[in-house]
Amino acid sequence: MGASDRHISIPERKKNGQPFSPGPAKPMGSPESPKISLVSTAQKAPAWGRSLFNPDSIFKGLMLVAALAVLAVVGLTLSELLQRSVLAWQKFGFHFFATSAWDPVAGEFGALPFIFGTIVSSILALLIAVPLAVAVAVFVTEMCPKPLRKPISFATELLAAIPSVIYGLWAMFILVPLLRIHVAPMLTKYLSWTGVFSGPMYGYSMLAAGTVMAIMIVPIISSITREVLAVVPQHQREAALALGATRWEMIRIGVLKNARAGIIGAIILGLGRALGETIAVTLVIGNTPQIAKSLFAPGYTMASVIANEFNEATDSLYVSALIEIGLVLFIVTVIVNILAQLLVWTATRGAPARANV
Amino acid sequence: MSSKYLQFRRRVTDYFATFVAALLSAVVVGTLLAIFAYLIVKGAGSVNWAFLTHTPKPVGEIGGGMANAIVGSTLILGMGSLMGIPFGIGAGIYLAEYGRNRFGAVIRFTADVLNGVPSIVIGLVAYGLVVFTEGHFSAFAGAVALAIMMIPMVARTTEQMLLLVPQAVREAAFGLGIPQWRTTISITLATARAGILTGIMLAFARIAGETAPLMFTALGNQFWSFSANQPIAAVPLQIYTYALSPYDDWHRQAWAGALVLVALIVGTISLVRFIFARSTLREAR
Repeated sequence: MGASDRHISIPERKKNGQPFSPGPAKPMGSPESPKISLVSTAQKAPAWGRSLFNPDSIFKGLMLVAALAVLAVVGLTLSELLQRSVLAWQKFGFHFFATSAWDPVAGEFGALPFIFGTIVSSILALLIAVPLAVAVAVFVTEMCPKPLRKPISFATELLAAIPSVIYGLWAMFILVPLLRIHVAPMLTKYLSWTGVFSGPMYGYSMLAAGTVMAIMIVPIISSITREVLAVVPQHQREAALALGATRWEMIRIGVLKNARAGIIGAIILGLGRALGETIAVTLVIGNTPQIAKSLFAPGYTMASVIANEFNEATDSLYVSALIEIGLVLFIVTVIVNILAQLLVWTATRGAPARANV
Repeated sequence: MSSKYLQFRRRVTDYFATFVAALLSAVVVGTLLAIFAYLIVKGAGSVNWAFLTHTPKPVGEIGGGMANAIVGSTLILGMGSLMGIPFGIGAGIYLAEYGRNRFGAVIRFTADVLNGVPSIVIGLVAYGLVVFTEGHFSAFAGAVALAIMMIPMVARTTEQMLLLVPQAVREAAFGLGIPQWRTTISITLATARAGILTGIMLAFARIAGETAPLMFTALGNQFWSFSANQPIAAVPLQIYTYALSPYDDWHRQAWAGALVLVALIVGTISLVRFIFARSTLREAR
């Protein structure tokens, strides 16, 4: 019985909804309603019929082509990188990622120093950037006086808009000397026991690369953290305050705890940016393929070796090795980004539903 | 006694946390100000008529400018926008108007992934697709790389802006018997145009400063070039080359170029804010 009821109700609802539903407006143009003369275009609709050539289908098809272009670009990226790195893959296999010899003249290529450099500089960047970015986000959304809110968010937005090459230029001439003359002696004096701040500091170093990267990823982490904090239900804050919490306790218990998945997502998104950061890093990291314990030592990252050496690479094995590094960079950033998207997505999509309860 | 101490400690923690957050925010804003200050101090003196109208002098000679790079950047950005924006808007329309399903979700996700791909990798792809196939570096190859970067950015903002248009507006159009394609073009897109323009300009501002995708595509050029099939100079590339050079005069020009580039980008963003503020004001009225 119930089943048949449902059977009847569905077509009815469809019929009622039809004038508002997208697609060729059939009932309007049909002969039963000749009084409506405004709809001359719709009256033509039956003539076009349901053929593939009615304007709506053509339009939808064109838009579909544009949407498919997005898929095609990613597909092309993968196929280009795979196809052009085959030579290095055949020669070295997995060995490529485990050796640290980088000698283009002898035809020996190992990506380990670059993988090491990328990971270390990115982690260093995160260590510096995360406290800054989360502090900015919390300060802007929860603490700061209203008139300051707009200028600070605009400032972080501008920070995101400055091109990489300008960060690089600034870092080369301002940050690197600053680190070498003022920061490095202090780090050596107080933190040399950690082992990572030892040896001579010539300026161009992993430390410089990590610092400039940190400045560059602060805006992305803080803007996404802000979005995530904004969707924390207001009643969480009110509940904490009603229990007598101070503002900081309210932020810690009511806000940060609720937003942590999203904040982690934001951090991972920042990591994705840091991994692929090229120009600024190339200008300050020193471009030396080595695995050094000290952050004062120069290094090399996957992105910067491509930027620095691709135009000089003459023989096909060299080019192929660099493209294979590009392929690894592509795959790693895609994985990192997907992870981050999922975290941010669960944080921002899940929350409003809970807020309505 | 102890509860009083606890109260005190909680209050102090609260003040301390606020202080730390404010301090760190000040550090971030201070860094931005420091970057701008240095750009102006080091760049302003070198941005002059010669810088804007002359090509680079040979190594060792003082003077010259970036006129060819400014024109080159304009050409690459123009070509890139011409290729990237239509695809971006089209994909955005598809996502907003037809993409409320699983296939749309796949496209959306792919666009977000493409947005996160490092620009240097995009450069490699454009190299493989255009430079390798044609056998020479070209402005066109650079434009392809920038277009690829632009598509997902424009697509996602277009989608978001179209979704802001109330469903009732579309229904009103359908109610008048206007076919869907016409509704989308003349009504939905027209309603959302300020927001879409904003998205396009922000994407433009972002690709305007890109260096990495141009390194193996447009390559750079010390001379005038107006051809799409020749290597061409671009301001970010020129800044990069000059920054790496050992000459003081080139460093000076790198700062000048950086100032011009930042002025262009900040100008674009401010204009966008202005337009957006005005259009939302109009809607509110």
